[in-house]
Amino acid sequence: MAAATPAPASEAWTAPAGRPARRPVIALDRISKRYGQGEAEVRALDGVNLTIGRGEFVAIVGASGSGKSTMMNIIGCLDASTSGRYFMDGIETGELDEFQLAQIRNRKIGFVFQSFNLIPRTRAVENVAMPLAYRKVPRRVRHARALEALDAVGLSARAGHLPSQLSGGQQQRVAIARALVTEPVLLLADEPTGALDTHSSEEILDLFASLHARGRTIVMITHEPEVAARAQRVVRMQDGKIIADTGVVR
Amino acid sequence: MIAEAVRFALSGISANRMRSVLTTLGIVIGISAVITLLAVGAGTSNMIKDQIDKLGTNVLTVNRAQSTGGRTTGGSATSTRTQSTNLTSSDQQSLDDPVLAPDIATTAPVIQAQSVTATLGSSTHSIASTLGTTPSYFGITNFAAAAGRILNDSDAGQPVVVLGNSVAVDLATNVATLVGQTVSLNGQNFTVVGVLGPKGTSGLNDPDDVAMVPFATAQDKFTGYSPSLSSIQVQAKSSDVMTQAQNEIQQILDARHRVTSANRDYQVRNQAQILSTATTTTQTLTVLLSAVAGISLLVGGIGVMNIMLVTVTERTREIGIRKAIGATRGNIVMQFLIESLIISVLGGIVGILIGFGASSFTIAGVHPEVQWWTVWLSVVVSAGIGLVFGIYPANKAAKLRPIDALRYE
Repeated sequence: MAAATPAPASEAWTAPAGRPARRPVIALDRISKRYGQGEAEVRALDGVNLTIGRGEFVAIVGASGSGKSTMMNIIGCLDASTSGRYFMDGIETGELDEFQLAQIRNRKIGFVFQSFNLIPRTRAVENVAMPLAYRKVPRRVRHARALEALDAVGLSARAGHLPSQLSGGQQQRVAIARALVTEPVLLLADEPTGALDTHSSEEILDLFASLHARGRTIVMITHEPEVAARAQRVVRMQDGKIIADTGVVR
Repeated sequence: MIAEAVRFALSGISANRMRSVLTTLGIVIGISAVITLLAVGAGTSNMIKDQIDKLGTNVLTVNRAQSTGGRTTGGSATSTRTQSTNLTSSDQQSLDDPVLAPDIATTAPVIQAQSVTATLGSSTHSIASTLGTTPSYFGITNFAAAAGRILNDSDAGQPVVVLGNSVAVDLATNVATLVGQTVSLNGQNFTVVGVLGPKGTSGLNDPDDVAMVPFATAQDKFTGYSPSLSSIQVQAKSSDVMTQAQNEIQQILDARHRVTSANRDYQVRNQAQILSTATTTTQTLTVLLSAVAGISLLVGGIGVMNIMLVTVTERTREIGIRKAIGATRGNIVMQFLIESLIISVLGGIVGILIGFGASSFTIAGVHPEVQWWTVWLSVVVSAGIGLVFGIYPANKAAKLRPIDALRYE
């Protein structure tokens, strides 16, 4: 296990001109998140530096309260850091307004949540197509791409089902299809197996593995060591700091 | 994107059908009430206008002043006159003066017989208004015979009667057969010489519930030979010279009665003016009632806002999901705004239809006439309600932070 690299993330991603593809997907530069004031101040994140390159499959692990959820929110552009800089696919997110952050979430990030978070009363294929709707993709194209994405997670037969008609594992696969339909640079999963039985968990992790094999960048937040073991790199957090980082291992 | 927002909104509305229907109902009631009330108001105005046309816009009525004591009995000039004799046939004849009253076309004396009942065979009818008058009365008041004829000069003193339409309809199924028959008025036989055409009801009093007998006959059979008149009908030369005609009447009668404007023992009334006043009153009432309906519309709008707030709270998590997958504030505002718009505009459309339905009935003797501008206004107002009362909940939804919204259970 190697210690967290202290090198400034900004240097890490600044790629020479002409080779922009080598920039990291995520570069956190001394990111801190503090809640409250003075005595009551809580440092959920305390000067975190982290660089995740294209094609990595990273698990962020830690006990509850270690700051991994805050990390997930910041990486997912759902929350802003108190200080530090965060480059998402080379874009400094601190300078973006709410509209631009929504676009980053839409174009660059695919979310997978513990509780699936599908829109109720909406068919699977429409759930999957929804990110494309917010991107003004024509309806017909949306539908076709949503079906493709469902096919990729092996659920094309259930395209017309409502979330309530699907099992947990199936719902999570629909959610993964929704995350993938926009071809994001990052698949961000928050305890993706937390609400699933062992068998479904295995299926989802196998799916992640095959996505990773096809070159997807995956960041997975989890507290389960056996789930983290499926990742290629494990970042361990405690008290808002990265206490261990395996680096990329094969 | 708008088409998408409409689809999202529709799925939201259909998710809670009962609630949506009840919310819509608030708008439906408000809009249909406004449309119906304004239609009734317009119908009433139309009716009054019709009546003015029928009455003639150039008719003045001279009545005894309905004062109590003081003014008529207190003045020394009028002390010789009793209230019952202060309008006489010679007063009426004095108004037919081309020199002193150049703007008066013609006049007619009217005496009113009290509680006259007409009987024909087994049918009876209590006539609301039985008049003794001269042939000129029919011209002044726009009455024409539907069967038979109106009174003429040779009828003076004869026991003949012209029946108003309502009276005739009550006495015989075919009013034309009445002409030439003998009816009994308070037990005295009269020959029907004519039946008048209908003027139509005004709601409160029926102008067709009348019977006219020659002036001298009325004195002979009903009122006795007093010189007193109930009223004098005066026709001005045109509706443009009404004021001049009224001044001339007052000059002539003031001189004859030896009164001034301060202690006048008669009054001159302009029928059209009275009806215009009625129109104004109707309009005021219409505005007031519409305001009440408008308030119910406001309450309906608050209902929409209330339900939208509930919906936003219920769907907090959905909002979080949508934001996480890239919905902007604008997208969220649009979705909820369109939802409240659909609820209120749908309510508006149903309200318009119900308004039309209700207006096809006769309400309180009035045929309501739906005003097209109220329909367009209703569409605009209901859309406005959707926007005004939807913007706050929609904004509230859009302002939710995605992490808070996602954490919401």
